[in-house]
Amino acid sequence: MTAPASPPKKVRGEPILAVRDLVKHFPITQGVVFQRQIGAVRAVDGVSFDLRRGETLGIVGESGCGKSTLARLLMRLEMPTSGAATLEGRDLFAARGGELRRLRRNMQMVLQDPYTSLNPRMTVGDIIGEPFEIHPEAAPKGSRQRRVQELLDMVGLSPEHLNRYPHQFSGGQRQRIGIARALALRPEVIVCDEPVSALDVSIQAQVINLLEQLQDELGLSYIFIAHDLSVVRHICDRVAVMYLGRIVELGTEEEIYQRATHPYTQALLSAVPVPDPELRDNQNMIRLIGDVPSPANPPSGCRFRTRCWKAQDVCATQDPDTVPRAADPHPSACHFAELRAPASPS
Amino acid sequence: MSQSAVQPTPASPTPEGGHLLEVRDLHVEFRTGEGVAKVINGVSYHLDAGETLAVLGESGSGKSVTAQAIMGILDTPPAVIRSGQIRYQGRDLLTQSEEQRRQVRGTEIAMIFQDALSALNPTFPVGWQISETLRQRAGMSRGNARQRAIELMELVKIPAAANRLGDYPHQFSGGMRQRVMIAMALALNPKVLIADEPTTALDVTVQAQIMDLLADLRRDLRMAMILITHDLGVVAGVADRIAVMYAGRIVEHADVRSLYKSPAHPYTKGLLESIPRLDFHGQHLSTIRGLPPNLMRIPSGCPFHPRCPYVQQVCVDVVPHDLVLGDGRTSACHFAQEVRDDRAR
Amino acid sequence: MSDFETVAASEDPNARRGPSGEPNAPNQVGGTSVTPGRPRSLAGDAWRDLRRKPIFWISSALVLVVTAMAAVPALFTAADPADCVLSRQHAGPSGGAIFGYDFQGCDTYARAVYGARASLLVGALSALLTGLIALTVGMLAGYFGRWIDAVLSRVIDIVLGIPLLLAAIVLLKRVASDSATVRIAAVIFVLAVLGWTTTARVVRSSVITAKEQDYVAAARMLGASNSRIMWRHILPNTLAPAIVVLTIALGSFIAAEATLSFLGIGLKEPTISWGIDINSGRVHMRESATPLIVPSTFLALTVLAFIMLGDAIRDAFDPKLR
Repeated sequence: MTAPASPPKKVRGEPILAVRDLVKHFPITQGVVFQRQIGAVRAVDGVSFDLRRGETLGIVGESGCGKSTLARLLMRLEMPTSGAATLEGRDLFAARGGELRRLRRNMQMVLQDPYTSLNPRMTVGDIIGEPFEIHPEAAPKGSRQRRVQELLDMVGLSPEHLNRYPHQFSGGQRQRIGIARALALRPEVIVCDEPVSALDVSIQAQVINLLEQLQDELGLSYIFIAHDLSVVRHICDRVAVMYLGRIVELGTEEEIYQRATHPYTQALLSAVPVPDPELRDNQNMIRLIGDVPSPANPPSGCRFRTRCWKAQDVCATQDPDTVPRAADPHPSACHFAELRAPASPS
Repeated sequence: MSQSAVQPTPASPTPEGGHLLEVRDLHVEFRTGEGVAKVINGVSYHLDAGETLAVLGESGSGKSVTAQAIMGILDTPPAVIRSGQIRYQGRDLLTQSEEQRRQVRGTEIAMIFQDALSALNPTFPVGWQISETLRQRAGMSRGNARQRAIELMELVKIPAAANRLGDYPHQFSGGMRQRVMIAMALALNPKVLIADEPTTALDVTVQAQIMDLLADLRRDLRMAMILITHDLGVVAGVADRIAVMYAGRIVEHADVRSLYKSPAHPYTKGLLESIPRLDFHGQHLSTIRGLPPNLMRIPSGCPFHPRCPYVQQVCVDVVPHDLVLGDGRTSACHFAQEVRDDRAR
Repeated sequence: MSDFETVAASEDPNARRGPSGEPNAPNQVGGTSVTPGRPRSLAGDAWRDLRRKPIFWISSALVLVVTAMAAVPALFTAADPADCVLSRQHAGPSGGAIFGYDFQGCDTYARAVYGARASLLVGALSALLTGLIALTVGMLAGYFGRWIDAVLSRVIDIVLGIPLLLAAIVLLKRVASDSATVRIAAVIFVLAVLGWTTTARVVRSSVITAKEQDYVAAARMLGASNSRIMWRHILPNTLAPAIVVLTIALGSFIAAEATLSFLGIGLKEPTISWGIDINSGRVHMRESATPLIVPSTFLALTVLAFIMLGDAIRDAFDPKLR
C-alpha cells in the first residue's frame, strides 16, 4: 500500500520541502487554575523557504532566534500557530494517522545532544531497530537484523556494538548511532539540529564528513541548523540567517558569506573568531551592542533595529520584507541593504 | 607510564623564579572505584606578568584540572596531586596551608568559569554577592563595598550598574551574567585571571563582546591571563603563547603566530586542519582518526601514537621528551622538526 | 543531567569535572574497532557500586533471612507456635525455646519466626498493589499532563491528606469477618489504597523528566504511538526510582500492619503476627519482658532492613550522588 504504482520522478534541485509563512507563538499564561494568556513568545514568526532535493540548507542564528522551534515544527513535534509546509506536495500539518506515518518515514531528524537523544536503557541494536518496529512495512521481520547491521556499517560502527548500551560510547559514536536511527527508514530529508556542537573539535570533523558522505551516497536533502557559521559554510549549499523568529537573509553559501547585505549577517560573520593570529588586527569586526531582545516583546518594524548601526526612523515603523535587494539579488530583510567593503583581501 | 617523571623541564630558558606563576611537572590522578585515571602527567608551564597564555585542549585533556590545581579547588578525593610544584611569585602553593592558599585565591589569582549561572548564587542579588566578597576579604564597610561593587559593574560595562545591584542572577542575560562573574573575580584586584572556557556557552556576537572586555581589562589592570579553551579561533584572537594539551600532557608550546603558521606536533596540526574555516568553502575536512584515550589506559610511548599519521615504532616504545625548537618553542614529538617543516597547508 | 551521562563520566573523572564536552567511553579505541570489554549497563554500574557497600550486604542478608523465615519457618525452629501450654507461662529458656515462653505458654521465638509470614505477606502485597496504582496514576498524570494531571494531582493531594492510621482504623472496623484470609486481604487493600501517593508522586515526576528527554522526541518523530513511548521509553526509566520508593514503603507497610494488629483491628488471632504478639507482650510486660522484646526486635530489624536496602539502591542508581 505504500509503494505507488509509478514513483514520482526525483529531480535533483526541485523543491522537496516548501515552507510558507510558518508561525509559532507560545502563549504566556498566568494563574494556575484559571489560566489566562498575557502574551506570547513569538518563537517563529513568519518563515518561508524551499528545500531543494539533494541540497543542504543551513539555518543559522543565535540562541532564541527560533531555529530549534522551526525544526520541531517541521518534525511535527509542535503544531504551528499558522502557516503551511508541504513535503513532496503533501501537506505536513494536515496529515493524520497513516498519512502522517508515511510523511515521517520521509523526514527524520538528528538531534543535538548525543547524551540525551538515546534511551539509556535500550541497546544500540534496539535503538536502531526501533524504526522498523514502528514501521513494520519498512523492512520484513526477517531482514531487520541485516538492515540494522547495514546501518551500523554505514555510519562507521562495527557489528559488535549491537548489544552495547549508549553510555558505553563516546559522544561522537553516539551521534553516529543517532544518525543511523534517522537513516533507518530511508528518508529523503534529514533535519540536523546542531549535530556537532556538543562534540570535541577533532570529532566534529569526523561527523561532518560522515554527513556529507551519506548525502552523496543516499541523495539526502539536509536542513542543517547550527550556530557555528564556519561549520555551516563548510557543509551548506544555501544558508538562511534567522533573527528573532524571522529569516532576515537567504542565499547561496557564497551570497551569504561573500556578499551579505543584511547588517545582522555582516555583524554575525565578523564576530566569528578566525583561527589565524595574523588576521587578529585587521578583522574589521562589527561590534554589536547589547543582547537579543526578548521574543515575547520584539521591537516594532525591523526586529534588528535596536542593535543596528544603520537604523533610521523608517526601520521602527516599517517591517522590511525578505526580498531581493538592489545591492545583491538575493533576499534580505533590510531597508538599507548594501554590500560591505571587504575586510581584507583574501 | 612513570617514565615521564624523569622528563626534564627545559621548557623555557628563563632564569629560576623569574615567572609570576609556574607549574612544574605536575602529576594529578583521579582515584575512583573504576580505577586510577592519570589526568595530569607532568604538566609544566609558566606565566609572566601581563601576558596571555592560552591552554588549548579537548575535553579530558586536563586543561581545566591544571587550573583547578592552581586555584586549589580540586576535589580531593577523588583527585590526588601526586607530585609537582605550583610556584606563585617563587612560593610553592602546594606546600602552603589551606589558610595561606585562601589568601592567594581571589586576591592574587582569580578564576571565571564557563557557566556563570551556576557559579553565581541564585538566591542573592548580584550586588550583594560582589560586595560580600569585598566586605569579607577586604574588610570594607557596607557603604564602601556597595560603591566599589558599582564601580566593578561599570568596569565590566554593565549598563545602568547602580540600578542593577539588586537584581538576581536569573534576571541577567547570559552575556551580562558572565560580566557579573568577571566583576566578582576582579573584586580583589588579582594579578592573574584564569578564564576557563569563558565564552563557550555564549553566542558569537556576545562572545566577541566578552573577549574584547577580557582583553581590555587585562591591558588596563595589567593582569596576566590564562585562557583555557578548546576554540582555536578564540585563541588566535587574544593569546600571546599557547600550550596545547593532550592526555594530561603539554604536547606543544609556542608563541601564537608560529604555532598557527607551522605546528610542530601532529595533534596540533591535525586540529588546525580539521576545523572548517569561515573564509572558504572547503570540500573534505581532514580528520584526526580515532578517539581521545581513556585516561585509565593511556597508550604506551607517545599517548597520541594510535591516532598519529607520523607514527613510527619509536613512538610506541618511547615517551617523547619536549624537543626545544628555538624561540621558546617545544614539542613533545619524536619528529617535531619534520612535522613543523611538513607544510601540508 | 541524565543518569547514563554521569555513569559514562565516572569512567573519566576529568570529564565530570571539566566544563564541557564528552566523557570518553572506556572500551573504544577507534571508530570501527573495539577492544573486547565486558558488556555494561546502568544496572551493572549500580551493582558494582552496591557491592562495595556494607549497608547493602547487611540489609539484604536481613531481608533474605526474613524472607526465608516467611517461606519456610520450620527451617528456623522445630517448635510449633500453636503448641501453647499454660503451665509453661513465662517459663525461662529451655530446649528449643531460646527466648522462653509467653503468657499463654507459647514458644516466644517460634511465634516470632512464624509471625514473619503475615508481616511480609502484607508488606509485599501492599507494596505490589501500591506500585500498580502509583505507576498507573503517575504515568497518566505525568505523560498526558494538562487536565488529567490537574485532576490526578489533586486526588493525590487529597489521599495524602488523610491520616493513614485513622483512615485504616475507620475502614477496618467495618470488616466484620474474622477469617484470616479476609483480614489479611483487607489490611493489604487498606494500606495500598491509602499508601500509594508518595510513590505516585515520584513516578509522576520521573515520567515528566523522561518525557522531556530527546530520546522521547526521537521516538515521536519516528511515529511511535503513545503506548509505545510509555512502555518502551518512559516506563523503564521510571521503574528504578519507583522500586526504590516501594522498597522503603514495604518496610513502613510492615510497621503499619503491626500497628493495626497491635490496636486489634488488623490481623486477629489465630493468625500469628508480630503486632498481635507485641500487644499481648505489652500487657504482661511486668512479669516478663522477653515476649515483648523479641517480636519488637524482629519487627524493627525487618523494617530497618527494607528501608536501608531501598536507600542503598537509590544511592547506587542516583548518578548525582556518585
